[in-house]
Amino acid sequence: MTLVIRGGTVVDQNGEQEADVKISEDGSILEIDKNLKGDQELDASGCVVTAGFVDLHSHLREPGQEDAETIQTGSRGGALGGYTALVAMPNTTPTMDCLAVIDQVRGLGQESICEVIPTAAMTVDRKGEQMAPMGELVDAGVGIFTDDGNGLQDPRLMRRIMEYSTGLTHRLGRPIILAQHCEIEALSCGGYMHEGAWSSRLGIPGQPAEAEELMVSRDIALVRLTGAHMHFQHLSTAGSVEMVRKAKEEGLPVTAEATTHHFSLTDAACASYDPVFKVHPPLRTDEDVKAVKAGLADGTIDAIATDHAPHTDHSKEKSFSEAPPGMLGLQTAFSITLEESGLDIHQIFSLMSWRPAVIAGIADRHGMTVSPGSRANLCVIDLNETWTVSGKSMASLSSNTPYEGRHLRGCVRHTIQTGEAVVIDGEAQR
Amino acid sequence: MNQSPSKSLLSIEGMTKHELEEILELTDTFDEIGRRPIPKVPALRGRTVATLFFEDSTRTRLSFETAARRLSADTMSFSAGSSSLSKGESIRDTVEVIEAYGADLLVVRHPAAGTAQRIDNWTNASVINAGDGCHEHPTQALLDAYTLRKHKGSLEGLRIAIVGDILHSRVARSDVLAFSMLGAEVVLVAPPTLLPPSIEGWPVEISYNLDEILPTIDVCYLLRVQNERINEGLIPSVREYVTDYGLNVKRASALPKDALICHPGPTNRGIEIEAAVAADPRSVILDQVANGVSIRMAILFLLLGSGRNLMEDADVGADQ
Amino acid sequence: MIEKERGQAPPFGGVFVAHARVLDSEDIQRAIQRMAHEIVERNHGLENVVLIGLQTGGVVVAEMLAEALKEINGSHPPLGTLDVALHRDDIGMRPVMPEAVTDISVDLDGATIVIADDVLYTGRTIRAALDALCDFGRPREIQLAVMVDRGHRELPIRPDYVGKNLPTRKDEVVDVSSEGVDLGRIEK
Repeated sequence: MTLVIRGGTVVDQNGEQEADVKISEDGSILEIDKNLKGDQELDASGCVVTAGFVDLHSHLREPGQEDAETIQTGSRGGALGGYTALVAMPNTTPTMDCLAVIDQVRGLGQESICEVIPTAAMTVDRKGEQMAPMGELVDAGVGIFTDDGNGLQDPRLMRRIMEYSTGLTHRLGRPIILAQHCEIEALSCGGYMHEGAWSSRLGIPGQPAEAEELMVSRDIALVRLTGAHMHFQHLSTAGSVEMVRKAKEEGLPVTAEATTHHFSLTDAACASYDPVFKVHPPLRTDEDVKAVKAGLADGTIDAIATDHAPHTDHSKEKSFSEAPPGMLGLQTAFSITLEESGLDIHQIFSLMSWRPAVIAGIADRHGMTVSPGSRANLCVIDLNETWTVSGKSMASLSSNTPYEGRHLRGCVRHTIQTGEAVVIDGEAQR
Repeated sequence: MNQSPSKSLLSIEGMTKHELEEILELTDTFDEIGRRPIPKVPALRGRTVATLFFEDSTRTRLSFETAARRLSADTMSFSAGSSSLSKGESIRDTVEVIEAYGADLLVVRHPAAGTAQRIDNWTNASVINAGDGCHEHPTQALLDAYTLRKHKGSLEGLRIAIVGDILHSRVARSDVLAFSMLGAEVVLVAPPTLLPPSIEGWPVEISYNLDEILPTIDVCYLLRVQNERINEGLIPSVREYVTDYGLNVKRASALPKDALICHPGPTNRGIEIEAAVAADPRSVILDQVANGVSIRMAILFLLLGSGRNLMEDADVGADQ
Repeated sequence: MIEKERGQAPPFGGVFVAHARVLDSEDIQRAIQRMAHEIVERNHGLENVVLIGLQTGGVVVAEMLAEALKEINGSHPPLGTLDVALHRDDIGMRPVMPEAVTDISVDLDGATIVIADDVLYTGRTIRAALDALCDFGRPREIQLAVMVDRGHRELPIRPDYVGKNLPTRKDEVVDVSSEGVDLGRIEK
């Protein structure tokens, strides 16, 4: 059975063309041309057809917090948001720090409608004390290691992990990516939002920008020392962006991501005391938002990630300081980027698909050009249609979106996962 | 008041000068009741005031309960220690249960900023913020303003120093807003580690030198300094704090003769205030406590007794 | 007057519009004189008598009575004011006014209290006043003097001294001041 996406504008690394896309039964693109016919046809008139998005930073909560999200529901939300691959963070219960849990996640991922790429913790149970069995995990195909949720505090252990990872490159066939959640806890502890004028006024203890920046600075120095590849997660401050820019100019093997909320929201949102705006790293100032956007525009930041972090209503029905940090992102990321980033569509696709696919080591099947022979992981988006954000109607089991009620432009119409239309007309098919 | 005009009192921020003055003026009426042989009126008969204290504070709770009883309201009290919160119940669950028991007004004290505001969104009952973390304590600011007004006639043009742990003080935040709105000049006196990280937009001046400030002020408002602050590395030792910022007899003599000494209580004798200074005739610390009941009566009455809810079915003309 | 002012205070609104003058200032003076004589007569002098004006309209009546009693007796009895707003059964239908002060500086134990008010209508204000006064002590007797009794009582309360009995409709409003008594309506 062949599938044809008809009447859309194909956008990829090589430019734009109005053409139909014909996909074979085995999930690869057969032909790009006008007036193609297939057994199944999807209407893409008025839409762009491009490679599916790749999220470098999703919390799918399974195993351990299946009341907040499962791999199945998270993937459904991802597919509805135009994603075809999600990099799953390892802060599950139990932690993804050993083969058994990685296998479980991968197995559940295979039954879901997004490809789920498991990461593994750098240290056992993400405690920052003992290195995880990285060699064994690399042999099982894990390419990204992170203690996300925590930064790795101990500089000596960080150095050892970086050194050790460089010895595993040949076993993976590409450099191991160490992804750091940059936060010096001695500076941030007891703080629940960005430290500044708003935190002072609201009486919510703050975390200074320096808590993030000191770790970015430390890790850049350690990259220089060890040659390991460091990926900076959710950069949120102007200082961090500037340091990464300098490190790249120097030619160091560093990459970085920014989340949609860090370039669309500021600490002023915390004035409602609604913990839906509580996130780590915290929402920063206007200046920081500007710097993150500039970093996205000039290529300092390689990817837009979601840091999709579902939490049940019950767990968010607490005071700002007691509630857990995190917000939903998968279904809003593209529209928010379209509205807020100031980037053109090619830049956006590059940041949401093409470049993160390379960082995740999945460029052989995601973020590819839309051309014959490529794996058919695609999304079809109507850039002009608008929709209204509603946490309750999202695919996620949780509803903690910070954009509730916002009218946004850009609707994902169809998503194709390895040739299968998993989202048709904005409805998940399974 | 802030948010919905007559439902709740959550913060001084968002209130107008007129609203503050209205409460202060009304408080005289309730102050008079406190001096009657039987200091009780039936104004809030049948209404239920619940105190929800997620953090210990015997004084504030007693003050609110006394105020409620003087207005003949029923009271119920909830405290985190004796509750099911430790069994995993969320604050929202707790609030819904208390409301189901028939509470018309919730007095909320919580160690986290913004909790009273959160609760206000979840309930139809009125909410009074009785202190939320390091954010605000609006009834304390009102009773402070009332006390100063009683002794000085008005706050207009007064120069008030607030001395101590401003960073962690909800009282300071509310006082700064209330005092400056009522026309006073406010100076914050504390080491930099006990000041908020940013005072952008605050109508205050800052000083690290108490001795220089004392002769220039009309009111010296001392805040409690807690021992934990030393463990947090904010000050080197109690001894050094007392040396630099404690109000001792010698320093008190540098205050103008008609200056007032205030403290929200409970005082740490020998730390922020020397015992002999607490007994100085210029100290109005006990007045503050007494006025606390009157101001809380006024606020309870405004929120529960001014009857905006009754308006719709009341035949006002019929009672001439 | 108390009722009129409160009726006009926000959020209750409305303006009193007079339709007919019932008593002029001289009529009022004559009524006050008569009531003062009745008070002296009934109490065999003014020993232990305390005059309490109800805020706000009754205060003027109490002051006028005190003045008249002074002319009769050489000195007037102790004078106090009472705001019953917090004792009302319809609390909330009118704002508490900061300027309506309760000031009772004499001991009420064993006293003969004469409550003075401008208009007696449903009797609910007086019921509230009786309650409030009992919180100040145990008077020997409480009597009631009103400038106008307009009828429509809802409680078993009757005045001891009346300036003028004035039949009214329920939708009318009576306004009492030292210049005169008017009958009218509150126009929104």
